[in-house]
Order: sequence, then structure tokens, then C-alpha cells
Amino acid sequence: MPIKVRMPSLSPTMTEGAIIKWHKKEGDEVAAGDVLAEIETDKATMELEAVDEGRLARIVVPAETAAVPVNKVIAVLTQEGEDEAALEAALAEEAPGAPPTPAKPAPAPPSRPKAKPAPPPPRPAPAPSPAPAAVAPPPAPAPSARVAASPLARRMAAEAGLDLGLIRGSGPRGRVVKADVGQAIASGVAVAAPAAVAAPAAVEVPGSAPFVETRLSLMRKAIAERMTESKRAAPHFYLTIDCEVDALLEIRNEINSRSGDREEEGGGVKLSVNDFVIHAVALALKQVPAANVSWADGGLRRYQRADVAVAVAVPDGLVAPIIRDAGAKGLAVISSEMRDLAARAREGKLSPEEYQGGTFTVSNLGMYGIKEFAAILNPPQACILAVGRAEPRAVVKDGELAVANVMTCTLSIDHRAVDGAIGAEFLAAFRRFIEYPPTMLL
Amino acid sequence: MPETSFDVVVVGGGPGGYVAAIRAAQLGLKAAVVEREHLGGICLNWGCIPTKALLRASEIHHLLHNLDEFGFSVRDVSFDMARVVSRSRKVANQLSAGVAFLLKKNKVPVFDGHARLAGKTGDGPWTLEVEREGQAAAALSARHVILATGARARTLPGIEPDGKLVWTYKEAMVPEAMPKSVLVVGSGAIGMEFASFYSDMGADVTVVEILDRILPVEDEEISHLARTIFEKQGVKIHTLASVEGLKKGRNKVTATVAAKDEAFETTAERVILAVGIVGNVEDIGIEGTGVRVENSHVVVNQWLETDEPGVYAIGDLVGPPWLAHKAMHEGVVCVERIAGVGDVHPLDVSKVPSCTYCRPQIASVGLTEAAAKEQGHEVRIGRFPYLANGKALAMGEPEGLVKTVFDRHTGEFLGAHMIGAEVTELIQGFAIARGLEATEAELIETIFPHPTLSETMHESVLDAYERTIHF
Repeated sequence: MPIKVRMPSLSPTMTEGAIIKWHKKEGDEVAAGDVLAEIETDKATMELEAVDEGRLARIVVPAETAAVPVNKVIAVLTQEGEDEAALEAALAEEAPGAPPTPAKPAPAPPSRPKAKPAPPPPRPAPAPSPAPAAVAPPPAPAPSARVAASPLARRMAAEAGLDLGLIRGSGPRGRVVKADVGQAIASGVAVAAPAAVAAPAAVEVPGSAPFVETRLSLMRKAIAERMTESKRAAPHFYLTIDCEVDALLEIRNEINSRSGDREEEGGGVKLSVNDFVIHAVALALKQVPAANVSWADGGLRRYQRADVAVAVAVPDGLVAPIIRDAGAKGLAVISSEMRDLAARAREGKLSPEEYQGGTFTVSNLGMYGIKEFAAILNPPQACILAVGRAEPRAVVKDGELAVANVMTCTLSIDHRAVDGAIGAEFLAAFRRFIEYPPTMLL
Repeated sequence: MPETSFDVVVVGGGPGGYVAAIRAAQLGLKAAVVEREHLGGICLNWGCIPTKALLRASEIHHLLHNLDEFGFSVRDVSFDMARVVSRSRKVANQLSAGVAFLLKKNKVPVFDGHARLAGKTGDGPWTLEVEREGQAAAALSARHVILATGARARTLPGIEPDGKLVWTYKEAMVPEAMPKSVLVVGSGAIGMEFASFYSDMGADVTVVEILDRILPVEDEEISHLARTIFEKQGVKIHTLASVEGLKKGRNKVTATVAAKDEAFETTAERVILAVGIVGNVEDIGIEGTGVRVENSHVVVNQWLETDEPGVYAIGDLVGPPWLAHKAMHEGVVCVERIAGVGDVHPLDVSKVPSCTYCRPQIASVGLTEAAAKEQGHEVRIGRFPYLANGKALAMGEPEGLVKTVFDRHTGEFLGAHMIGAEVTELIQGFAIARGLEATEAELIETIFPHPTLSETMHESVLDAYERTIHF
């Protein structure tokens, strides 16, 4: 049996992915573990490795194809002795827009209609001829990919100037039906998007600066959706605290100055202020577990462990890889893990479990000179700590004016899950650790 | 000891019930059926199937008396009512055994008896008591209970059926002898099928309908054409009329009929009551649960869920259209929803075809012209008569009409209404078109085989767009 390579689901939220590039050509021999293609998910770019060996007989979905549904066959491998007919047969089993396998494996799969026609290759095909001359044919849409839609939905969308590809289908196998178009018309969404042009030229609109509009990356879309949802659903409030970090900076200098020496003496370790912040956050969460929670509809989730996510800026977005159980790890471990995660995040090479499921997020813009800011919650987490720059400031000590290094931290809180007093307790605990780092050893 | 704990227990083994159970088994759920009388339910035992067997006989009877037209001369054609009925029973029994086999094949146990919901423990499964001949026969437990107990004939005060002179469908289906005259009360599908059967078999048939036309759920034009054809066949039809009372004699019944401006009496040997149905909501243990009953039907949402978690209802029990295929589809939707299948869609009544097997046959799907206008559609109407169709003429079936309804602006194919030979077999083509949300464009481009009755479907669509070729 030829082996079908499908668009993998690389995260629970992933419903579609983009194929950036094929590393193998049709006809290439493939061994298990070979990188077949690069796939962009809503979170990262990942390499798709071959699980089986064989000959890459057919690339079904070409490179630079966006919005390929999870589970769609993207290529077919054949084994020795399998010919073109076997390949065609394997392809014929896949109806266009085959449904994703149900998440819950049904013991007996629903019976499939037999003798499905072979799907057309998913090259951008012209839209099916909409109508004979009896009525004025609606202008043929130029969809980026073939969209499953009923004839009526197709016609209604064309007449309303809607892009079918932007309408979520509710019919069998996600087919766009009349009701969906009706809804889209009513809600005014899905107005035909400008077709993706090879080289976007600046558009000039009277009264506006010339602009170039680009297609949204999956990451951009995911950020937009999650942040909008977060701000809409979670009632945010903010607590700000100043932390004096002279002791921390001193200890940090001491440790880092020993680096370069032999490893067993702590060599090679370069701690950042953020490494201390991560550790202090985890320890403070242990002291105030009521802050280590998330709002789940109908329930409150109390995490048994502090998994601290750290926002990392990457090209065209950000991702928040996680230091698991950051309270139980030493600073050196946190530091080296963070360095590795951040580097791979920037290359888009994180695996989903490395950025999914944190319990608390730290966002640090200190390195950009930001004094203080307030962050949007990273759902479903109930708290996110926005960390500013540690800088010398005038402070009053024992009634005297003095200079101290001060770092301002703002905690954003989901008020559904955490109240002000809890947030304040957490910040107080955090400040104790961060101002007197030796207490982190206790 | 048979297994008594299930994922799904279906109460009632009619078309809705057994299909739900089989689909559940296909999806890997442990399912069982409780049936108190006969697998296949009314449809298979006392409804759709045996009446089709009878109507086949009456159709043959009609043909045998019109062979002259085809160049045959036959004499002394006669029939034996007992054998006509026994054939009908044989067909029903064969199919009922077939359902038993299908359930067995799918490893769905069948419990004989009457089931009642008997409470549940907390969030736990429901308990069902099964009673047989007054004895407790089994206690079943199931997380999901699908009520599919069907319906029975509605009766009217003053004209209650007695099983001898005043019949329901059930007695009308197994006559011991051919009555000379029959009064049919109600002109829905059931009424008109019996009217057609007895009329074609040689009885004098009178139909009384309280509304202004026969087959009142059909398109008005179809109703009127049907009336014309039936009256030509000799059936007497009184609309806007109701039976006020019955006087029973030894072998005859005299009915007092109140019509619009007059009251009159009409006498027939038998009366058939076909004035709708009521749901079998009694004694199934829903009292005290969240299951709501309105107008003798269980109230459900689009997923066939009652207000009581874990209890579902399908088919005739939940209301019109009272059609076996609607019940079957609901059974599938209900079970797929329970199993968490992703791609499930609620039943859309406007996509359910309906068929009446009188002569001429009547079939329809979607909106009537009047309903379409009521919903605000500006319509285009197409019509094509059987008289202009080659195959209809060759068959000696020139009476018929295909009417199609389209939205003038979107071209949406809204409905089709057919009367004539074999339209019950043709309507599925239009049902597919409705299901796929076709417009006139796809129907016009479809190639219909020649010579067939189905060409009338194509021509009707063409007519709606002033393009008909053959008329």
C-alpha cells in the first residue's frame, strides 16, 4: 500500500498549516527520519520528517501553499514494486477535502461511500462554470484554492462579492452552504480579499499614505485571535510594584565573572536578570498557589506546578516557550534552557510541547529600555508579569535620598480567577525573592 | 445471563429505532432495542410496506380492467381478497424478519416487551424496566435512551373506530371481504391511499375532508389536479366537510356530514378513519422527568435531545412530517451526535421528500409555491405535463404534472411537486438537488435519459426559465 503523508497536527489549536518548502523532489528515495518538508503552523515553522521509507511518488500539495487542512494528504510515498496504478488508487481514496480523522478514534469507522472519483490535483483551478447562458453568469471568482461550496452558495457569494474562501462552511465536510453565505452577508465579513499578488505593490488610496498589504502569517492570525479573545473574555486588572535589585545585580556579576573558568566551578554560565525573574516567579507561585491558576469555564484550575512561559520576540510575532517546574530548577539550568529555547524560537524550530501549557507568563522588555508596561494575559493563564528595565533611580532610604537600581514590574490579572489581595501577596513574595536572591536558595 | 448495560437503548423497533441502533453499533456503541410488538414498527408491519403491497394489487386490478387499450382482451378477471391480503402480510413478515437479521448481524440485542424509564442514579446511567405480559422481564441500564415509540391513529369523538364497521388503517389493511362502499374520513396520505386502493378494487369510495382541498400539505395545484383525477375515477370528494356522527347498522354505517352550507347523510359499508396520528407518549416513564410533551408529541431540539439529559426522541413521536425516512434520518443524527461524530447536521424538513402511493402517485420535496411566497421569495414556477412526455404516453399514463419552484433572484431550487405514474420513484432526483443546494443552472445542465418519465423533471425546470423544448 502506498503511504499517504498527511498534514500533521502539531498543536491542539492547529487546524491548518502552510507548506513552505519541499526538501525532496518527486522521485527521490526517502529514508525514515529524512526531512520531507518545512511546515508553518500558527506557532512555528517545523520540519516534517518521514516516518516510513519509500519513494516520494507524488507531491500532492506544492510548496508555498497556505491553509492546508490538518490531515489532508500532502504527498504519497510508494514502496518497492508499487506502480502508478497503486499510487492513483491511493489518491482516489481521498475525496477532495477529505474529513479530518475524528479526534476520538471511533472503533468502527463510519462506512465510506465507495468509488469516489479521483480528486483533481489541488492546483488553483478555475472556478467551475457557474451557469449557462440562461442567466447572466456571475463573474468567475478567482479563489486561491478550490473551496467546497454548494452551487447556490457559490452564486450567492459571487453576487454579494464575497470570497468563499473566507467563509466558514457548516455543511457536510465543511462545505459552504446557503446558510453560511447568508450569515456572512448579514455580518458583513468575508468581503473579497485582494488576491495574493506575487509582488505586492504599494497601494495609493486618496487621503491615506501609500501602503502595502500583505497576507497574514498563521502566527500573526493566531496572535490576533488569542489577544482579542483574551482582552474580551478576561477582565484584566493591574498591580505594579518596584523592586530594588542591587543585591541581585551584585550576585549576578559575581557569578558571571566566574564564567570562563572550569565548568565545575560554574564556568560558562551567564545569568540574565530574567533568569532570576523566572526563578523568583516560580518560587513566589509556590508560596501563593492561588495565583497559579486559570479560569476554565465552570471551574478554576489550580496548577500543581509552576511552568513559567517566557515571551520571546521572533520575526513577525512572538512565542512563549516554557521553563517547566521552574521552581525546582537551579538558575544555571534555567539559564541554559532559556538560551536554547529562545534561540530555537527565533528559528521557528520549537516543538509544540515546548510552548504549550504554561501556567504563568513573564514578559520582559527591560532590554529595550522600557521602564514599565502592562501585558495582555496569555490565555488561559490568569497572570502575566510585565518586567521593565532595572535602572538606577532616586529612592528614599531611612529618610535620606539615595540611589538604587529599581525594576518596575506590573502584574496583569484575570479577575475572574484571582483577586487583588492574592495578586498583591504574590508580588510581595516575588519582591522578597528578587530583592534578596539568597532566599531563593532556602 | 444476557448483557443489560448499554451505551444506547432504543425504545421502539420501528424504522427510526432500528436504524438508530444499527448506526450506534456501527459507531462502536453498545446498543439494544426494546420492542413490544414487532420489529419494523408500524411502517413495516402496518403501514408503508403492507399498503404498498395492497396498492400494487389494486394497480394491477386497474390495469387488468384496462387491457383493451393495449390490445388485450381478457375475460373473467377476478380476485380473492384473502389472497391479496395474505400476500401483503407475507411481504410485511419477510421484512420484519429481515430487520431482526440486520440487528443480529450488527450485534444489537432485542428485548421483547414494553420499556419504561425508571429513573437514574445521580449522573449515572438511566434504568429501564422491560415488562412482558405483565411480568418484569428485564432491567436495563443505559447512558443514552432514545425514545422511538412512534404514533397511532388519532380518533375523533363520536366516530371512534370499533374494528368492525369503523376502521383505522390497521383493519383497513386486512379486510376479510371486499366492502361495496367505503367512507374515508381525512384526505391525507393515508386516507388517499386507502381511497385509491378500495376504489381501484371496485368499491364506491367517498372522501370527507375538513379543509378546503384533499392532500392539504401538498402544493395547491397538485391537490386540485389530484381531485380532478380521483373524481374522474369515480371517487366522491367532499371538502370543507366533517363527519358529525355515525349511525351503525348491521353491515353499514350512515354518516352525518356537515358541509359548508348543507348537512347530508351518506351511507357506506365501512368507514376508514384517517385523521392524523397522536404520539405514543403514554406509559413510557417520562412523567416526573424533564421530558416535555406538547400536543401528544415529545419536544426535542434540533439534535433530538429532550429537556432531560440523556433522553432523546425521534420519529413520529416528535412530530411531523410523519414519515419513516424522516425517523430513520433522525435516528442517525441523534446517534452520531451521541457518539461525537464531527460532521453531523440537523435534519432540514425542507429537504425531506414525501410520497403518497395512490393512483396517480404524488410526491414532493421542499417548499410549495404558497410557502415560498410566504417566506418572502419571489418565485419562478415551472410546469410540465405528463401528456407531453413520450414515455408517459407509451406507458398509457398521460395524467400527471411536474411543478418546480425557484427563487427568482438566487435561482435556488426551492421545491418540486409531482403527480403521476412513478413520481414516488422520481422525487429522489429532486431531493438530491435540494440536498446539494442546486440552482436552476445545475438542473438545466443535467442530462436526463430519454425516453423516461424523468424528462418531465428537466422540462419543468426549463419551463421555469421559459426554455422548455417539448411543450
